[in-house]
Amino acid sequence: MTVVGSQVSGDKKFHWTRKDLLSVEELSKEEIEHILATAESFKEVSTREVKKVPALRGKTIANLFFEASTRTRTSFELAAKRLSADILNFSSSGSSTAKGEGLRDTARNIEAMQIDTIVMRHSSSGAAEYLARTSQAGVINAGDGIHEHPTQGLLDIFTIREKKKTLQGLQVCLVGDILHSRVARSNIWGLKKLGAEVTVCGPPTLIPRKIEELGVTISYDLDKVLPKMDVLNILRIQLERQSGAFFPSIREYAAEYGISNERMKKAKKDVLIMHPGPINRGVELSGEVADGSQSVILDQVTNGVAVRMAVLFLTTLVER
Amino acid sequence: MNPATTGGGTILLKGGHVVDPQNKLDAISDVLIEKGLIKKVAKTIDEKADLVIDAKGKFVVPGLIDMHVHLRQPGHEYKETIETGLRAAAKGGFTGVCPMPNTEPPADRRSDMEFMREEAKRLGLVNLWPVGAVTLKQLGKELTEFGELKKGGAIALSDDGHPISDSNILRRALEYAKKFDLPILVHCQDEGLFCGGCMNEGSVSTKLGLGGIPAEAESIEVARDIQLADLTGGKLHFCHISSRKSLEIIRQAKAQGSKATAETCPHYFHLTDEAVMHYNTYAKMNPPLRTDEDVRAVKEALKAGTVDAIATDHAPHTDNEKDVEFDHAPFGIIGLETSLPLSLELVREKVLTMSALVERMSLAPARILGLDRGHLSEGTSADITVFDADAEWIVEKEKLESKSKNSPFLGRKMKGKALYVLCGGRVVLQDGKIQS
Amino acid sequence: MGPERLKKDAHEVYPKTRHPRPADVGILVPVKPVLDAPSIERTLTRIAHEILEKNPGVEKLALIGIQTRGVVLAQRLCQAIQKISGRQVPMGILDINLYRDDLTRVAEQPVIKKTEINFDLEGLTIVLVDDVLYTGRTIRSALDALIDFGRPKKIELAVLIDRGHRELPIRADFVGKNIPTHEEEFVLVRLQETDEREEVVVSQK
Repeated sequence: MTVVGSQVSGDKKFHWTRKDLLSVEELSKEEIEHILATAESFKEVSTREVKKVPALRGKTIANLFFEASTRTRTSFELAAKRLSADILNFSSSGSSTAKGEGLRDTARNIEAMQIDTIVMRHSSSGAAEYLARTSQAGVINAGDGIHEHPTQGLLDIFTIREKKKTLQGLQVCLVGDILHSRVARSNIWGLKKLGAEVTVCGPPTLIPRKIEELGVTISYDLDKVLPKMDVLNILRIQLERQSGAFFPSIREYAAEYGISNERMKKAKKDVLIMHPGPINRGVELSGEVADGSQSVILDQVTNGVAVRMAVLFLTTLVER
Repeated sequence: MNPATTGGGTILLKGGHVVDPQNKLDAISDVLIEKGLIKKVAKTIDEKADLVIDAKGKFVVPGLIDMHVHLRQPGHEYKETIETGLRAAAKGGFTGVCPMPNTEPPADRRSDMEFMREEAKRLGLVNLWPVGAVTLKQLGKELTEFGELKKGGAIALSDDGHPISDSNILRRALEYAKKFDLPILVHCQDEGLFCGGCMNEGSVSTKLGLGGIPAEAESIEVARDIQLADLTGGKLHFCHISSRKSLEIIRQAKAQGSKATAETCPHYFHLTDEAVMHYNTYAKMNPPLRTDEDVRAVKEALKAGTVDAIATDHAPHTDNEKDVEFDHAPFGIIGLETSLPLSLELVREKVLTMSALVERMSLAPARILGLDRGHLSEGTSADITVFDADAEWIVEKEKLESKSKNSPFLGRKMKGKALYVLCGGRVVLQDGKIQS
Repeated sequence: MGPERLKKDAHEVYPKTRHPRPADVGILVPVKPVLDAPSIERTLTRIAHEILEKNPGVEKLALIGIQTRGVVLAQRLCQAIQKISGRQVPMGILDINLYRDDLTRVAEQPVIKKTEINFDLEGLTIVLVDDVLYTGRTIRSALDALIDFGRPKKIELAVLIDRGHRELPIRADFVGKNIPTHEEEFVLVRLQETDEREEVVVSQK
């Protein structure tokens, strides 16, 4: 008997083709959704007795951190280990201007050791793309200069969606030093693609030129925009920035833009308080709010491992 | 050795389209050269000559002059030498170049000028008119010996690569230079606003997360320098102007009688900061590529004469140096071998007439530098460029004469090619090939 | 770096660990029916009885369905068992994709779905439920996954269809129907909850 076969549903497949994750900017909405869905399943793995799956068994991942970072590095390390991959840690102060090996040569040496995936953090914007161009291994950008920190952006979005169910139409405010923040850029790209309304708020000196072209609203007045926000993502203020005449003092910054208990009285009751860490308690965020009921900062850390597992899983399995 | 090719005999250029703005000539004509000087320019010349060049279908113009190049010798010979640089110039159709003094050590004394001139003479390629530093070691603090530099052969003074931030120093330089009739070529850059930037400040720099250099970093010093020129009556020339804001200031000043002059570079009327996407270090230079609006303004300014000259700011850097993270890469691109076809685009786009283009690339630089060049008057030194405006070629790395290959135009199709370069009647480039 | 739409043979797209099925639209295939809706229901009821027969102490029993259709079948078996014995047997969901032995060889990566096992496996008899048993590799992955969750007393296997061609020493304890097949054939199980129709058919490439 001959019958026309029809499309069988229930076996969804997604064709993930990227060996690298360099930015949120280059991802399509579908790719972002796929990463988040994959991260969902990986979150469950971390709740088991045996927090391991053999998915990346036999794969070698290298953490190449040119900038100091305990938090992101250990998060990636944990993610790799829970996927049963082997992970190596290289930390180096080397960049192309330091005496000794430049980025290009460091990367070549690592590759000669048959590494499958390199997770890199570097102080120059574009360093991850530069490495990916010439590297056989997959490259995961763990932060390049002030350009992007894609896994942070993705885990922030994951956390928001977990708590708020959808990003469509949600009012999200990024507060702080937007100019120098790779976390801000990654967040903006992802949030916009998933339909959120994004406001950036900070001192005028720390808002980058022409950022409104990315579709965000600019505000210098936190108290004015605070009441209608569903999510506040507080960015770390780098105390070194004081010297570039970006703001006169920590005291003034904290007064104008610090999230204090007092200020929170104007916020929605169910607003989410987020921060990529580490927190300058008392400066951009007060201790009480950081530890309070609206804070999802620790969820961000948990979700960070799941999102990084998803990213490592998807990219490492792409044929080199 | 043909006496003609070494400058001794007679050369006849037949049937070329001669464009000589100073003498208001723009027609098919013959040019006769004798003993290195222009003997006659007429509709038809039937005299015998040692060498006859068939210039039919080609343009015959006063030798092109690039008044802003970096030849890297002494000190950075791995990037370029005087020899490779002059070869690149010849290939590009230039009869003379002005190398900037930011060598290692900086060219701030008479012997530096003499060295460069002697080297050029030894090579027997195109003319080299050196530029001496304005301040010792280009540090912007103490003036160099202008008189000595001039005696050594300096044609102009510049601290290019660096701005002269102290207004008083620039003022004194402009005043003192009056005695020696030397122009000061300024690189406008407000150091505070420049502040560790590496590309134009705008939406591209925001997206890429790269430090931005606002246009005002250039225009603020343009405004200052033009007033100093006014104050002192000195000869001021603006190097590599890139932005609409700067051009507006220059235009206004000229309208009010300022004698200041300005140059721009082909990349400022061809590329925008979008060329930097994907962190392309071959599009990194200082001043940086700007926006569409600025490109339009540069073209307008060339048309109106606000910008007097086209120069390349030829800045060689090796691949090794450019193949690094964007913020660590050195500023600069080469330009000698691509300037002619890129500038011819202006004629094709009807921004300039051919005559106006010749003015920008030959007559104006000569006038600014006080050289008796840029025209084909009888008795002048026979510096001539013959080019085919329609010849198509592709910019290929291996074929470039320049030692360094840092050009954003690699792989691009070009239309326009120099065929003959004569310097004082000496044939340096023959049928597109360098004669040494 | 855009994804290329691979139009490979369905054979290659679907590795043999999961029984192959042509998901691409528009493939005309000759189809041989094996079970219709009423037959499926009868078969499941019979399997439910068999499970209870083999495991009289129903308190220590739990069902775990393998994503995707195994989950549907496990749900139905749970309902049948409840109807027969009055007992609500706990049910878990298992996605085995993270335990596959061929992750680097698949052309298209499967979407990882939910795994949810909310009870302690210690001391229990687990009945794994899947729709088609073929090479046995899926079941091997499921066993690996289960071990990571805990130490059940016993693991049994219930499948709707056994189509032969085992590549590992795996056998089912409860089989709905044995269907001998060629390697070029596909066994398609369609269930109302996932496919909006109810049938089991064999199709050719």
